Amino acid sequence: MNIVVLVKQVPDTATERKLSSDDNTLDRAASDGVINELDEYAIEEALLLKEKHGGEVTVLTMGPDQATDSIRKALSMGADKAVHLVDDELHGSDALQTAYALSKALGTVEFDLVVLGSESTDARTGVVGAALAEYLGLPQLTLAGKVDVDGSAIRIQRATDYGYDVVDAQLPAVVSVVEKINEPRYPSFKLIMQAKKKPVEKLSVADAGIDAAQVGLANAATETSDFAPAPPRAAGTVVKDEGDGGAKAAEFLAEKKFV
Amino acid sequence: MAEVLVLVDHVDGEVKKVTTELLTAARRIGEPAAVWVGEGAESGKAKLAEFGAEKVYSAPSELNDYVVAPKAELLAKLAGEKSAAAVLVSATPENKEIAGRTAVKLGSGVLTDVVDITGELVAEHSVFGGATVTHSRVRSGVPVVAVRPNSVPAEAASGAGELEEAAVELSEAATGAKVVERVVQEKGARPELTEAAIVVSGGRGVGSDDFSVVEALADSLGAAVGASRAAVDSGWYPNQFQVGQTGKTVSPNLYVALGISGAIQHRAGMQTSKNIVAVNKDPEAPIFELSDFGVIGDLHTVAPQLTEEVDKRK
Ligand SMILES: Cc1cc2nc3c(=O)[nH]c(=O)nc-3n(C[C@H](O)[C@H](O)[C@H](O)COP(=O)(O)OP(=O)(O)OC[C@H]3O[C@@H](n4cnc5c(N)ncnc54)[C@H](O)[C@@H]3O)c2cc1C
Ligand SMILES: Cc1cc2nc3c(=O)[nH]c(=O)nc-3n(C[C@H](O)[C@H](O)[C@H](O)COP(=O)(O)OP(=O)(O)OC[C@H]3O[C@@H](n4cnc5c(N)ncnc54)[C@H](O)[C@@H]3O)c2cc1C
Repeated sequence: MNIVVLVKQVPDTATERKLSSDDNTLDRAASDGVINELDEYAIEEALLLKEKHGGEVTVLTMGPDQATDSIRKALSMGADKAVHLVDDELHGSDALQTAYALSKALGTVEFDLVVLGSESTDARTGVVGAALAEYLGLPQLTLAGKVDVDGSAIRIQRATDYGYDVVDAQLPAVVSVVEKINEPRYPSFKLIMQAKKKPVEKLSVADAGIDAAQVGLANAATETSDFAPAPPRAAGTVVKDEGDGGAKAAEFLAEKKFV
Repeated sequence: MAEVLVLVDHVDGEVKKVTTELLTAARRIGEPAAVWVGEGAESGKAKLAEFGAEKVYSAPSELNDYVVAPKAELLAKLAGEKSAAAVLVSATPENKEIAGRTAVKLGSGVLTDVVDITGELVAEHSVFGGATVTHSRVRSGVPVVAVRPNSVPAEAASGAGELEEAAVELSEAATGAKVVERVVQEKGARPELTEAAIVVSGGRGVGSDDFSVVEALADSLGAAVGASRAAVDSGWYPNQFQVGQTGKTVSPNLYVALGISGAIQHRAGMQTSKNIVAVNKDPEAPIFELSDFGVIGDLHTVAPQLTEEVDKRK
């Protein structure tokens, strides 16, 4: 079974926080991108499925040159090869354009299953998996907490408000994962060394057959006009419990008319 | 005035609060038209009319038998037929997926996690875990917008609530992922987590699967109960109550964090709460950085005292 895992490189949320504390070391680190956390779970799930059913795991990333770091990391977890969709024309693509471009890039790879994260940590739209299934015309098996493949049949547990739904489909299909699905492995030294030699194919917009008039900032259907830091939260009160902590908290709630 | 389609969230025929918020927002843009999938439109329509719905389109429950795609086909079809000005859904994981597919079908764009919207369809988003506020719009096609619960205060306004059957011929692609079983893990009497005005959450500091210290405070405040991932992973509280980046995003008027450190992934799901109260025995816990009121102490003594005081003041 051949699997493509979609991996997005995102700014490291943890280092970003320390950026504001003006620490030079972490400042440097903050400019590094990391693999979107949930995509590590997607890679792990793909590797588990490969170990069970055989086949190859291909990483597909759309992003600028720096995204190579995340691709190497994915390869060092055990993926076999990678496709890097990289082209200045793609800059500023919104969620649907990203899904469209990825659907085209998938046309250059043979696959039975596409696995991705259910949400990125930076934009958090959570729509790429669904939009991709729409573009590809494939079954949408998103928000999966458990995946089982049997021949050409696939069954997932889809996380819902009330628990989960059991969903059946036939391969090929698009699966997105939630974080409780597994525990991603750490790359071994041996795999890190091997990853350096694994093939990474670069794909341009033209190579993938992407219509350049449908991607990039200028062609995006969505447009962000401005942004600003959220108004800072007023510094709160912190008290030490001297046997009256609960009572003091109750006073605060009363002041705010919650009680 | 152009119709604005609002996808109704309902449980067993009961309209969720977020839908009344969406109808309120829809009135700024045009004429609200509710879209109901499944049983219960007949009894639910009164509530929708009370918040300004002029029309209620009712579609068969068969659409729920497959993952997401059928609802997107319905919304796209209605948006085309009625020349809708916009499509609004609540920003739940499933509805965001519906929004994405609907926008692909309409050849338009999707805006997610919107916290406010103007009559001119300029959307305000809260991004990066609440650290940044952006404004954006869809500049071509019918905008599809996913609005966060508790963002737009619901205001009543009477509408005709005229019921109309709606149907859609499902494509083959839409029926590829079939729901064969629904597993309900827990459904308490407490308010729904994402909709609740008050949320009380417990973390690793609770120390065991005895969450009664959290639940008691929640019940005295009429609140929903949430949990950090550490508490969920330890098996202390069911998965669907997890708050955070990979759990629910909540934006209540009051969020109470008991024994939660305030990791970035937890903050991503609660940072836009209007008031935050934290109890933690570690004075350095990051949760205190965003608290309006914090108590440094053991939650097992502070929370029961708080519960008692709240009960006394009722
Ligand atoms: C703060 C912010 C807000 C935004 N809001 C919107 C918005 O409201 N509407 C909109 O249309 N766009 C929005 N965007 C643009 C959006 O980030 C990008 O289009 C992005 O490429 C895809 O969206 P996502 O990261 O939210 O995907 P999600 O749907 O959250 O990601 C799910 C999964 O898709 C896969 N994936 C996503 N991108 C890639 C990629 N480039 N390469 C490989 N795999 C990938 C990953 O496996 C990921 O886990 C926003 C961007 C930012 C920074
Ligand atoms: C991909 C990914 C996704 C994630 N998604 C989420 C998510 O959605 N939601 C989420 O919550 N986390 C998420 N996490 C995990 C997150 O990083 C933290 O590990 C988690 O939030 C910690 O939970 P906690 O605060 O309960 O536990 P801890 O960080 O261990 O904090 C426990 C706190 O309780 C205090 N404490 C202990 N005993 C007491 C006592 N008796 N009285 C008072 N205080 C006490 C301690 O001082 C400490 O501050 C995610 C992580 C990853 C990698």
